[in-house]
Amino acid sequence: MILAAAAIAILVTMLLAIVRALLGPSIFDRMLAVNMFGTKTVMLISLIAALAGRADYLDIALVYAMINFIAMIAVMKYFEYGTLGHDGETTEE
Amino acid sequence: MDLLQWLSAILLLSGCALGVIGGIGINRFPDFYTRMHAAGVTDTLCAGLFFGGLMIHFGLTLASAKLFLIFLFMLFTCPTSTHALAKAARHSGLVPWTKTSGVEQGASK
Repeated sequence: MILAAAAIAILVTMLLAIVRALLGPSIFDRMLAVNMFGTKTVMLISLIAALAGRADYLDIALVYAMINFIAMIAVMKYFEYGTLGHDGETTEE
Repeated sequence: MDLLQWLSAILLLSGCALGVIGGIGINRFPDFYTRMHAAGVTDTLCAGLFFGGLMIHFGLTLASAKLFLIFLFMLFTCPTSTHALAKAARHSGLVPWTKTSGVEQGASK
């Protein structure tokens, strides 16, 4: 029962993040909302692991957290340098 | 409902309450930089309480170790990604909102 209430609360937070992602004037607001949505997805997956009683779902949550982080850093690099870098070229400031 | 289940329930619900508060904050703050503060709340503290509650729910098993690793990973990477976001925003010339400037960058109210 408690886990169901927690799941609903997380879904509400995700909805709020989506609202900010749609409303956000600047692209960085949108990226912030997407990052928050990803964090909440990690928590939702671990919650489903608790609900289903299967502990191996937690590996999915861990991998999702890593992918969320890598995607965030890649998009930030693209926003800042305009490119993700070419072969053999270093992006100097 | 013995003591451990109560503790797990309290931690879980307080974590989720923080998440909802962070979600509301991300919609109400006037500027991108202030919204990052609200999102930062939900990233670390809310996840910490939440995973603490789940760890108690799972008890002393491998799952609790995995949960602790997820929490540890998020503890280090969420501030890093928030920093990268702030750096990219600042370099692209996003001016922070000040009381005097009063420019409401898309606040919902």
